[in-house]
Amino acid sequence: MKFSDEFEIRFAEMVPHYPIKRSALVPTLLYAQDEVGFLSDAVIAEIAERLDLTELEVRNVISYYSMLTTKPRGKFNVQVCTNLSCMVRGGEQILDHCKKRLGVGNKGTTLDGLFSVEEVECIGACSWAPAAQVNYDFHENLTAEKMDRVLEDYRRKATP
Amino acid sequence: MADLVSHPDEVKVVSKRFGRGATNIDRYLELDGYKAVQKALAMQPDAIINEVKNSGLRGRGGAGFSTGMKWSFVPKQSAKPKYVLCNGDESEPGTCKDRLIFEHDPHAVIEGVMIAALAVGALSGYLYIRGEYRYLSIIMQRAIRDAYARGFVGKNIFGSGRNLDIYWHGGAGAYEVGEESALMESLEGKRGIPRIRPPFPAVVGLWGGPTVINNAETLANVPHIILGGAEWYANLGTPKNGGTRLFCLSGNIAKPGVYELPMGYNLKKMLYDVGGGIPNERNLKAVVPGGSSCPCLTANEIDVNMDFDSVAKAGSMLGSGGVVVVDDAQCIVKFALRTMKFYKHESCGWCIPCREGTDWLEKTLTRFHRGGGLKNDIDNMQYLSENMLGRTFCPLGDAAAMPTIAFVKKFRKEFEDHLEGRPCPYEKEGAVDQLPVMT
Ligand SMILES: Cc1cc2nc3c(=O)[nH]c(=O)nc-3n(C[C@H](O)[C@H](O)[C@H](O)COP(=O)(O)O)c2cc1C
Ligand code: SF4
Ligand code: FES
Repeated sequence: MKFSDEFEIRFAEMVPHYPIKRSALVPTLLYAQDEVGFLSDAVIAEIAERLDLTELEVRNVISYYSMLTTKPRGKFNVQVCTNLSCMVRGGEQILDHCKKRLGVGNKGTTLDGLFSVEEVECIGACSWAPAAQVNYDFHENLTAEKMDRVLEDYRRKATP
Repeated sequence: MADLVSHPDEVKVVSKRFGRGATNIDRYLELDGYKAVQKALAMQPDAIINEVKNSGLRGRGGAGFSTGMKWSFVPKQSAKPKYVLCNGDESEPGTCKDRLIFEHDPHAVIEGVMIAALAVGALSGYLYIRGEYRYLSIIMQRAIRDAYARGFVGKNIFGSGRNLDIYWHGGAGAYEVGEESALMESLEGKRGIPRIRPPFPAVVGLWGGPTVINNAETLANVPHIILGGAEWYANLGTPKNGGTRLFCLSGNIAKPGVYELPMGYNLKKMLYDVGGGIPNERNLKAVVPGGSSCPCLTANEIDVNMDFDSVAKAGSMLGSGGVVVVDDAQCIVKFALRTMKFYKHESCGWCIPCREGTDWLEKTLTRFHRGGGLKNDIDNMQYLSENMLGRTFCPLGDAAAMPTIAFVKKFRKEFEDHLEGRPCPYEKEGAVDQLPVMT
């Protein structure tokens, strides 16, 4: 298992921040997932070994956190908030729009592997609702047209 | 990233550096940065605690506990190291204020953590930032690095001979991890299952050491209190409710945004003067005054001063400062259902009343909203929620039950309007044909 230099530098810097190694687990998993796309068996085995944990202990933690996944997702994960502040301003319609536009259901991935769509809970953008995150980028005060432009921008980014 | 707003009634304390480039450490220094911690270094720990106590600062994370009091519970002597933990898990629906603090004034949070550490005798502080806030984690990491490079943090801070380390930490998506004991579990690399109390974190916390846990906004207030003095800060608010608060206006309101208003600011004024009222020629139906866990107030109940005690007197909570406005085009049953769907999703499953209660309430509300409700369901939902109160392992169970009780009690008629297979009066398509199969 090989991670990027950036990952290795961050990991080496992070572990000594804590009195016990295990504490680095949650952020390490997320950074690993960002590189590989999902938490594969190989990633889990590698991280378990580095932090002196069993694979089962690592899987047990993964299953708790909603951002962590053991299944591949699209290159761009479109996470639409439908919680209260977004819902009353049309968040559900934005979610439906994304599903239709991309032709997938909740947590589905497009055939070209470019996009997946996920309904998420509040992402801390309530005052700029309705809102979505594509990977880590926030997109706020959305309308169907604006969402289309956002998706188009990502598509263009992927096809140089 | 997120747009800033302003209104003449605002009193800018925590937000005073917003939009002024204070992520840059030199700019932060120009704007009185790192003065408070140097002042605190010359104070006795008890004097710091007293100053914060007298300021009337209460926790901005939700419960509104006196911050100075919390710090005073940390034992003076401890065999294990003590810690300060900043709660930046911000996930309560309706709440988006800590995000602005991290984005615009990261050093203020660091300074707040440092002053808390000096007050309780901790040698390290951790900043826990929710996983979704990656860009904020990057901002915080840079701020911490800059503070180390200047010798403000680390060994011999400001040449005082004292050591104090600050670290960042990231989550990976979980509302329950915002609960203080689950937060510590998460930081220890585990599932966010809460811990039994007592012992309280102030005595046995992170890695077994005494730990102060405060919300990011709470901590960002501390440097201002140390510099401006307890009396000045206390006088900004109402008795026992010092200072100001970041109120996150959201939902069906003309000018949503995060506004810093004095504690005790009138809710009606907040909605109509600051927030510009209800748009689209609609009327107000309900307001959730402090994040999704707080019982809603009806349009007749909004003449209330927004401080912890007044809102409690009005039967709700000031909570996390998330003011969610609901207009009369919205269906309360649906709103209640969405609220419950959230709690069901976020319940960690550790204790039965919450795990089963949220599941049943979500199922019942789903069926109800689709027109398949039974007359008994209305009372049953109330009964079930009331029986969750105080019987769960952590406050998430209460947070799910309390708003539900208020929805059922205050909007019973809307529930009745959904009975006998009638379609939701607020939705265009018919509801009966969507009846779920109950298993
Ligand atoms: C289910 C649940 C979620 C919570 N989420 C948060 C949160 O995201 N941020 C926060 O500061 N406090 C949250 N709290 C409150 C914390 O448990 C704790 O009281 C708070 O961080 C203490 O800081 P304060 O005294 O400065 O408010 C949550 C509580 C519960 C029960
Ligand atoms: S109340 Fe809910 S979230 Fe809290 S411990 Fe019980 S199951 Fe977990
Ligand atoms: S409710 Fe959608 S971002 Fe908070």
